[in-house]
Amino acid sequence: MPVDVWLYFILSIMIIGSIACLEIKNILSSIITIGIVGLGLSIAFLFLGAPDLALVQFVFEILCMIILIRAFSKRSLKITALKRDIPETVIAIVILVSIFVLSIFAFKDLPSFGQPIVRVAEKYLTQAGVETGAQNIVTSVILNYRIYDTLGELTVLFTAILGALTVLRKIGRKKRNA
Amino acid sequence: MTLYLMCFFLFLVGVYGAITKRDLIKIILAIGIMGYSVNLFLVLIAYRSGALAPILKEGISVPMVDPIPQALVLTSIVIELGITALMAALAIRIYEKYDTLDITKIRRLKG
Repeated sequence: MPVDVWLYFILSIMIIGSIACLEIKNILSSIITIGIVGLGLSIAFLFLGAPDLALVQFVFEILCMIILIRAFSKRSLKITALKRDIPETVIAIVILVSIFVLSIFAFKDLPSFGQPIVRVAEKYLTQAGVETGAQNIVTSVILNYRIYDTLGELTVLFTAILGALTVLRKIGRKKRNA
Repeated sequence: MTLYLMCFFLFLVGVYGAITKRDLIKIILAIGIMGYSVNLFLVLIAYRSGALAPILKEGISVPMVDPIPQALVLTSIVIELGITALMAALAIRIYEKYDTLDITKIRRLKG
C-alpha cells in the first residue's frame, strides 16, 4: 500500500483517540488513552522516513504516561463529575469549525504532499557526509550545523526540570512555617 | 492536502479541549495533543514521495527526506517532555493548596 493510505488510517485513529481522551470521565483511562495518539504518531514517523523521531517519540510517550500516572493517579481517585457549560461548548465548537473552514484556503497554497521545497537541505544532503563524517544526516544537522539549537534546547529542558523541582520541594516551606 | 487538513483537525481537537475542559489534567493532555499535531505537521511537510530516511550508505543515491524539520522536531519533542513535567508539578501544587483540580473553583489565585 502507498504511504498516503497508511497515513490516513493512522491519522483517523489518532483523531478518534484524542477525542476519546478528552471525553472519558475517568482520569486514569484518559491518561492511558493519550497513548493511542502518541504511539500512533510514532508509527506515522516510521512511515514518513524518520526512524530517529519514531524512537524518541516512543520513549517520550512512555515517560510522559509514567509522569502523569505517577502524579495524578492517587490524587484524583474521587471522580468529580464535572458538568459542562453547554453554551460555552457550543460557542467554542462553532468558532473552531469556522477556523477549520477558513484554513482550507490557507492550506491550498502549501506544496502538495510528497513534493516539498527543499532548498537549504540540498547542501546538507550532498555535503554532510564529507563535511561532518556522520552517516546519519539528522545527527549531523543537530550536532554540527545547528548546534546552538541543541544548546538552547538543553537550556530550556534544564530550566523546566529546575522549575519542577523548585515547585515540588518541601524543605524551604517547612522551615519558613516553623 | 487532506493529510494537512486532518493534522490541523487534530490540532483543533487539542484547542477545543484546552478551552472548554474544566479539569486541569484534561487541559494538560489537550496541550500535549496540540504538540503532537504540530510535530506531525512539520514532518509531513518535509516528506518527499519515494524517498528514504536521511542516512547515507555506500553506493546508493536515491532522494532523501528533508532532514532539517526532523532535527528541529527532535528538539521540540524533548522540550515537550520538560513542559509536561513542569505543568504536572504546578498542578500537583495547586491540588495541595486548593484540594481540587477544577479550574472554576480555584479562585484565590493571589494565594
